[in-house]
Amino acid sequence: MSDGTARRADHCVVAVAECFRGDGEILANPIGVVPMIGGRLARASFAPDLMMTDGEAALVADTTVSAPAGGWSVEAHNPYRRMFDVVWSGRRHVMMGATQVDRHGNQNIAALGTDPHRPDVQLLGVRGAPGNTVNDVTSYWIGRHGPRVFVGAVDVVCGIGWDRAAELGPVAGRFHEVRRVVSDLGTFDFETPDRRMRLREVHPGITVEQVVAATGFPLALPDDVPTSRPPSAHELALLDQVIDPGGARFREVPDPA
Amino acid sequence: MSGPAPPSVATPTDKSMTADEVVARLRSGSTLGIGGWGSRRKPMALVKALLRSDVTDLHVVSYGGPEIGVLAAAGRLRHLTFAFVSPDVPNPLTGGDGPGLDPHFRAARQAGRLQCTELDEGMMLLGLQAAAWRLPFLPTRVGLGSDLFRLDPSLRTVRSPYPGPDGGPGEELVAQPAIALDAAWVHLNVGDTRGNAAFTGPDLYFDDLLLEAAAEGYVSLERTVPTAELSGAAGDITRLRVNRMFVTGVVEAPGGARPTGCAPDYDRDEAWQARWFATAKDEAARAALLEGWAAS
Repeated sequence: MSDGTARRADHCVVAVAECFRGDGEILANPIGVVPMIGGRLARASFAPDLMMTDGEAALVADTTVSAPAGGWSVEAHNPYRRMFDVVWSGRRHVMMGATQVDRHGNQNIAALGTDPHRPDVQLLGVRGAPGNTVNDVTSYWIGRHGPRVFVGAVDVVCGIGWDRAAELGPVAGRFHEVRRVVSDLGTFDFETPDRRMRLREVHPGITVEQVVAATGFPLALPDDVPTSRPPSAHELALLDQVIDPGGARFREVPDPA
Repeated sequence: MSGPAPPSVATPTDKSMTADEVVARLRSGSTLGIGGWGSRRKPMALVKALLRSDVTDLHVVSYGGPEIGVLAAAGRLRHLTFAFVSPDVPNPLTGGDGPGLDPHFRAARQAGRLQCTELDEGMMLLGLQAAAWRLPFLPTRVGLGSDLFRLDPSLRTVRSPYPGPDGGPGEELVAQPAIALDAAWVHLNVGDTRGNAAFTGPDLYFDDLLLEAAAEGYVSLERTVPTAELSGAAGDITRLRVNRMFVTGVVEAPGGARPTGCAPDYDRDEAWQARWFATAKDEAARAALLEGWAAS
């Protein structure tokens, strides 16, 4: 429980929630702790028709992030195989993680190193990132913003960014949209003429200089960078009392020292 | 009351076999599809039997879990077709912690001991579907613009013969090649000895598709029941998703997915996974653990 004052994690969660504003009746598929909490917050406040998973094979109507004592309130059976029908129909906005992301929103979760056949560091694999990014809206959550994550060029393009989608042309790239990147320092979008990553807002207590120093490529910087909005009293109450009473968000995003 | 005896009915084929008999049908160099997803419902009783054999040089196709690390560490893999390999640690929201990556798979890959075909999860689905339907490929938008073409220079595109959405030339799409399997191994909750089987957990994953893409399909089961009881044991008819046309052999193997999970029968064995991961840098401990496990 908080004392009514928003902490860094609350700002991250609100920034995540805002990514889903206006999405309507689609599958909001945030993966990871802060994304799941943010997605639930969007549905509980300003986007009530979003659909969400239980992390396994069901779409559930619940507002909590962990299974309620009485079990999930299931809306639909959505096994892994069915997920591709949803993705390929475009009825989804996924928020994934990224080991690396570049200025155009190319994402890597597969491997580090220059030789794709013998990686220096093997990671998960490309998972569903190529298919997500060419078929539905994608955003990214980065829990620890740093120059080794925000890199000049990713080692393996798993999720495709705006430059790759532009190279495909207007037909093949027509369903591509990397919407936002949310990190523990701020929120980023690609609403620039050349679709370069732009600093959209900084979390309270963070300076633009800090963000620039932690980013391994030149960001598009507006003259005035707003501070991300705090949760409303109602949103904070939802987080504390309904969505994340256990405070999982504070363990993923600690308060600044 | 008693009339003439009813006419006799021919006895159907009983496909029961042991895990070792399944492995005996697999040759070194084969392409083997393994069912389940991550650390869920993997046919580990069959993997154990594989470790007891001298079959090696395998090309494995899998939505990868700990079986990939096991087979890589045991030196049985030549090639891996995969979209991910993950031990599926529990969601931190439910108190889970532990490694998110499989150290044994990573070690093999980083040492250059594995040839790999890396795919998007959905491309693997399409490759298996193409094989199941006896097609050379299926077209998809998935993979366009990504580095999958750099990772696999043999991957090709195909142009649609129909006009594009703008009335212009047909779209250029990825031609996902068929992934034909010599054999598929899956583990399900309940079935009969003829090869009909059902999943009683939340997800079938791609097990039916793997069997359909394979020349020979093998199903291990938590339990077998008479065919007349199968629908009832499965819960309802919609769970009877594997049928005997696609199944060559049936192995009754209670606990046969351990240490992976087999909902609703049992959870993943996190303690075993932790012990196994801890042997990543200790070759002797790794070999001893695998030997003991394969014999169990």
